Amino acid sequence: MLKELWNDAAGGFHPASAPDFLPEPALKEVQLRRLRAVVQRAYDKVALVRERMRERELTPAAIQTLADLRRLPFTVKADLRETYPFGLFASPMSEVVRLHASSGTTGKPIVVAYTREDIEVWSEVMARTLACCTLHNGDIVQNAYGYGLFTGGLGAHYGAEALGATVIPTSGGNTDRQIMIIRDFGVSALFSTPSYFTHLVERAGELGVDLRALPLRVGVFGAEPWSDGMRDHIEASTGIDAFDIYGLSEITGPGVASECTEHHGLHVFEDHFYPEIIDPVSGEPLPDGEEGELVLTTLSKKAMPMIRYRTRDISAIIPQRCGCGRSLRRIRRIARRSDDMLIIRGVNIFPSQIEAALLAVEGTLPHYRILLSREHGLDQMTVEVEVTPEVLSDQVRVLEDMRERIAQAIERIVGVRVGLRLVEPHSIERSQGKAQRVIDQRGD
Amino acid sequence: MKLTQLSVFLENRPGRLIEPTRLLAAEGVKIMTLCLADTAEFGILRLIVQDPAHAAEVLDAAGWSVTLTEVVAVEVHDQPGGLAEVLGVFEQAGLNVEYVYAFTLRREDRAILVFRFQQPDQAIAALHARGHQVLDAERLEALVG
Repeated sequence: MLKELWNDAAGGFHPASAPDFLPEPALKEVQLRRLRAVVQRAYDKVALVRERMRERELTPAAIQTLADLRRLPFTVKADLRETYPFGLFASPMSEVVRLHASSGTTGKPIVVAYTREDIEVWSEVMARTLACCTLHNGDIVQNAYGYGLFTGGLGAHYGAEALGATVIPTSGGNTDRQIMIIRDFGVSALFSTPSYFTHLVERAGELGVDLRALPLRVGVFGAEPWSDGMRDHIEASTGIDAFDIYGLSEITGPGVASECTEHHGLHVFEDHFYPEIIDPVSGEPLPDGEEGELVLTTLSKKAMPMIRYRTRDISAIIPQRCGCGRSLRRIRRIARRSDDMLIIRGVNIFPSQIEAALLAVEGTLPHYRILLSREHGLDQMTVEVEVTPEVLSDQVRVLEDMRERIAQAIERIVGVRVGLRLVEPHSIERSQGKAQRVIDQRGD
Repeated sequence: MKLTQLSVFLENRPGRLIEPTRLLAAEGVKIMTLCLADTAEFGILRLIVQDPAHAAEVLDAAGWSVTLTEVVAVEVHDQPGGLAEVLGVFEQAGLNVEYVYAFTLRREDRAILVFRFQQPDQAIAALHARGHQVLDAERLEALVG
């Protein structure tokens, strides 16, 4: 049945994309109906939600309009950790067909659950994501997101199959083999983290494989923030169209929001995931257009409904209608997470600001990392930047000048002086999944 | 008339210099002379080798950052005043030397000065006008090889 939902290679929209174009009143009607049902379900089945609502003397009947959502309490990541492993499930295990979990590098992992219906919705939103990225039946897609506990691999896989594309489940790693398959199988679209793709492009160059000469035309990149500058670099060096997609395991995995061909913000599949932007300090909702923390409510999730989940991702809702015709609201590309924020000598610094400074000086984004250390009780930040043949000079003065320009650009953007060290190419470890840009050696 | 100099970026820590030189040795690339410019954190290894294009390929394939630059090599008598005389030519021509390094030849009473200029062609013209011998790759090979 899913194979009938083929996208139109001539440029027409995939039938699965129909909800993307719902007129606003119809969309709001769907959202309200689903919101009331999901709040009722969470209240009935999840003790934590029920207790918190009772503390505020709320019942599901409090939800009469979409605006009433703001009266409900937030859910945060710590809630998932504290109820580990299954405390927030709203379905008995007999109805749960899949579990995923985060890697748990920063503490206990978090576990997420899906009923059969949840998997169908996930496949649908991922198919709509890929249709947004111009994919259709006939595309050969290489899925280099990790398969396993991480939601990226299987989420993208199911979506691509639902779209009717041909999926090659390479998972992450083994870069030489990935490049061989791209070349030999005539791959037209690749899914991976942007940092892994950058690594793959670099390796392809070393192997003498010209990606521009191959049928590869689309890259679907997510799971970590990446800049427009990085997109320009990727597109210029490979000739592909690079799309940003957004998702998180707590909500469903990939498939929460996607760029379209306008490349101006990401459409939230808001018939399933309702977005709000709040002031991260006061928790108050902010009007469209203002920057704050993205909060999502799963409108149709069965096994693990999330009510007002605080994503920690900083974004804003773009108030204007999109040129692509979709009625779904867009969120600005996520450049940073409130979690990523580094505090150096009392100054808030985001790695994306360092990236912007490097791009401004060098024109392209070199490999870099940020080292945090403590000397004599004082926080020190050192940025290591690889010297590429493009910027190398035979003159010490030229390299010293470049180092100084980068240091000054960073100081202008973040407001503190940081150390800057030029290092040899390939001396910074390449990531196979999410890039590890910050090494904290402060030891507390 | 110009020579091609190979520059390699190195971090300033123990063991970094040996790797590129080993690579070149394994490929049988003959190093005619070298000069290491260094700061507290990094260095630039500048090399005059027999086949710079090949040496650059070898180092590049091994992941080193390499750049090629044109330098001017002048042959002088290995005796007091040899360097000063050549520098006098540049002074008169108003040319700024970015850097210079030198080496002597075992079998002959000659020294080779290697100069880096922003405008190497003007430097060569000034040298020729004063009757100095500017080396090309072939002549250097004959002298050294």
